[in-house]
Amino acid sequence: MSDRFSPPRPARSRWTYARAQQRLAPYVFTSPFFILFLVFSLFPLGFSLFLAFHLWNPLDGLGNWRFVGWENFALALGARDQFWTALKNTVWIGLLSGVPQHLVALPLAFVIHQFLRRWQTGVSTVLFLPYITNAVAITIVFGMLYSENLGLLNYLLAQLGLGPVRWLAVPELVPYSVGAVVFWRYVGWNVILYLSGLQAISEDVYEAATVDGASAWQKFWFITLPLLRPMMFYAFTLTIVGNMQLFEEPFIMLGQGGGSGGAGLTSAMHIFNTAFRDLDMGYASAMSWLLFLAIFALSMVNNYLFSRDGGREP
Amino acid sequence: MNRTALTIAAALLLGSAQAQDKVTLTVAAFPSLDSAIKAIIPAWNKLHPNVTIKLQAQEYADHHNAMTTALATGQGLPDVMAIEIGYVSKFAEGQGLDDLNKAPYNATPYKKLFTPFTIGQATSADKRFIAMPTDIGPGTFFYRKDVLDKAGVNPASMTGSWEGFIAAGKTIKAKTGAYLINTAASVNNVIIRTNLKKGEGIYFDDKNALLVGPDNARFVRAFTLSKQVRDAGLDAKIGEWSNEWYDAFKKGTVATQFSGAWLQGALQNWMAPDTKGLWRVQNLPEKGFASWGGSFYAVPSKANNKQWAWEFIKFMTLNQTSQITAFKDNGAFPALLTAQKDKAFSEAVPFLGGQKARILWRDAAAKTQPIDVNKYDSVAEQIVQTELTNVLEQGKDVKQALTDARAQILRRAR
Repeated sequence: MSDRFSPPRPARSRWTYARAQQRLAPYVFTSPFFILFLVFSLFPLGFSLFLAFHLWNPLDGLGNWRFVGWENFALALGARDQFWTALKNTVWIGLLSGVPQHLVALPLAFVIHQFLRRWQTGVSTVLFLPYITNAVAITIVFGMLYSENLGLLNYLLAQLGLGPVRWLAVPELVPYSVGAVVFWRYVGWNVILYLSGLQAISEDVYEAATVDGASAWQKFWFITLPLLRPMMFYAFTLTIVGNMQLFEEPFIMLGQGGGSGGAGLTSAMHIFNTAFRDLDMGYASAMSWLLFLAIFALSMVNNYLFSRDGGREP
Repeated sequence: MNRTALTIAAALLLGSAQAQDKVTLTVAAFPSLDSAIKAIIPAWNKLHPNVTIKLQAQEYADHHNAMTTALATGQGLPDVMAIEIGYVSKFAEGQGLDDLNKAPYNATPYKKLFTPFTIGQATSADKRFIAMPTDIGPGTFFYRKDVLDKAGVNPASMTGSWEGFIAAGKTIKAKTGAYLINTAASVNNVIIRTNLKKGEGIYFDDKNALLVGPDNARFVRAFTLSKQVRDAGLDAKIGEWSNEWYDAFKKGTVATQFSGAWLQGALQNWMAPDTKGLWRVQNLPEKGFASWGGSFYAVPSKANNKQWAWEFIKFMTLNQTSQITAFKDNGAFPALLTAQKDKAFSEAVPFLGGQKARILWRDAAAKTQPIDVNKYDSVAEQIVQTELTNVLEQGKDVKQALTDARAQILRRAR
């Protein structure tokens, strides 16, 4: 390697203000990011890892903690702990909302891309609206839809001579009711992702297929899907990470405890409650790290499935 | 005397005067306590024109989360911290608030001036007294007189025993179609916190032994009777603070409600103002007396203006006029005993059909026993509620549910 392109090194021997300024300038200009990262990301990360091995009631003040080793982790991983119930709820709600999201978003993006190209901007804007709408507003509106005696859904069911269904009160129904909101909120986001993926696929490939006599279905199955794999991997990963950290929707709709029988209590809510209601920071931190490991493992599974037989690393 | 000494004396005088001029006292509170503080500030300003009150009001949960964080780090603490009953025992067990038993506060002589059970609520396990009570929430039994009349039910028949309460509920349901209560869980919530034995808390006793379990008669009865209410179809299955709850109050589809006395103000002001005159109150069933809410003021150990903080707290809690101002502002029931003797308390309450309800509440408060609190109460409460839902919604066996609840609480209480 030649040194042709690297800037000339300033002489080391003499210190001048101008030279120091020149050398420091890049660090000064990039420092805001690093300072913010240090204070708001790296420090909390390290502190929570530290707390995960301690028993600490925050009201006792900084420093008044007791080292407990792996006790917090053992507590969370013990059979019958609420950590498992919350994790189970999270995964179940995540599946109920995540799987339909992609089953709908992908074909929808394809249809928009193929047949509604002229209205694409308008359609995607409408689909994207839920994503940028405030979660509180959304959950209040859904709360009104789901309301047992006053809700629109039960009103419609009553017109058919059915119901009333207690959408947010029957433990078995709660994951579906919450999942529907999450589905509705993020389906547009995934459509946008897939649309951008579709736009990156060259028209030539489709033209060649048309010349060869491929049907629309064959084009979708043999061209679109394989070429969308990288985008699918990306979208799946975001869904996994997002759903595993689900908090706002169930928290506002069902309250702190996760509603009837805690059926809507997600891992993130359980962690929040443990930290700020039960004031057990160590146990909460340990669970945060366990949740991180779960997300990491699921992302790895996702990665494995995508890179397996396709040959091409996404 | 020479000139230097004079100058120094003058400077000192000036200095202290200036210091007095500049005091700003920060008070952190939540609704509707903030409204009471605002109502009292004019009187304070007249007395102490040099001390400006800076009120930091946040929503209930936000306020307590912010205070938790502030106490944890020792940063951003107010001079005076308002604490609601749901947090006071947890804050008491922490080390971030001053013990008011000690100098410079020496609050011990003031304790007997308050409704007795509040003192225990603000006292830690190691007997530190960390907050002065300002208002209390005597638990009471609201009922719709019109609904009971229509069903031909005598309200007194509902307070003798829980079995009588449920029997009356069946009559009400049959004759009027109205539900007895919003949720069967309410029955559990009253039973587990009333008629406690001495030395018992709700979930733990004063030796930190867990009481929840299949052998505890109080919990078995609470779960069993709740289940009976549910099985008889007597509860509307409505959660509190929901639109359905307010709607039920407006339409009279639910005949009774257990709550704090403060619910009357909420019903009158915004929940169901049109039902004026239809409501009455009586004591809880089986001579149960319970505390249902309440607020306190504390001084953080790292507060800047402890002297003025204490003056302010005394002004809010020990001054009868302040207590009455708060009561008139938002119905905050005074914790101060002399304020409870104000003539406003013997007045008829028009919303309750002219009933002299405040006398009833005052007596109920006097009969309420201090309940032993434990720092794992919130953990236990959450687990018990979840198991109760399993019993109500999924027909889980009561003893099994309590066995499971016990095992789960024991894991967490360490």
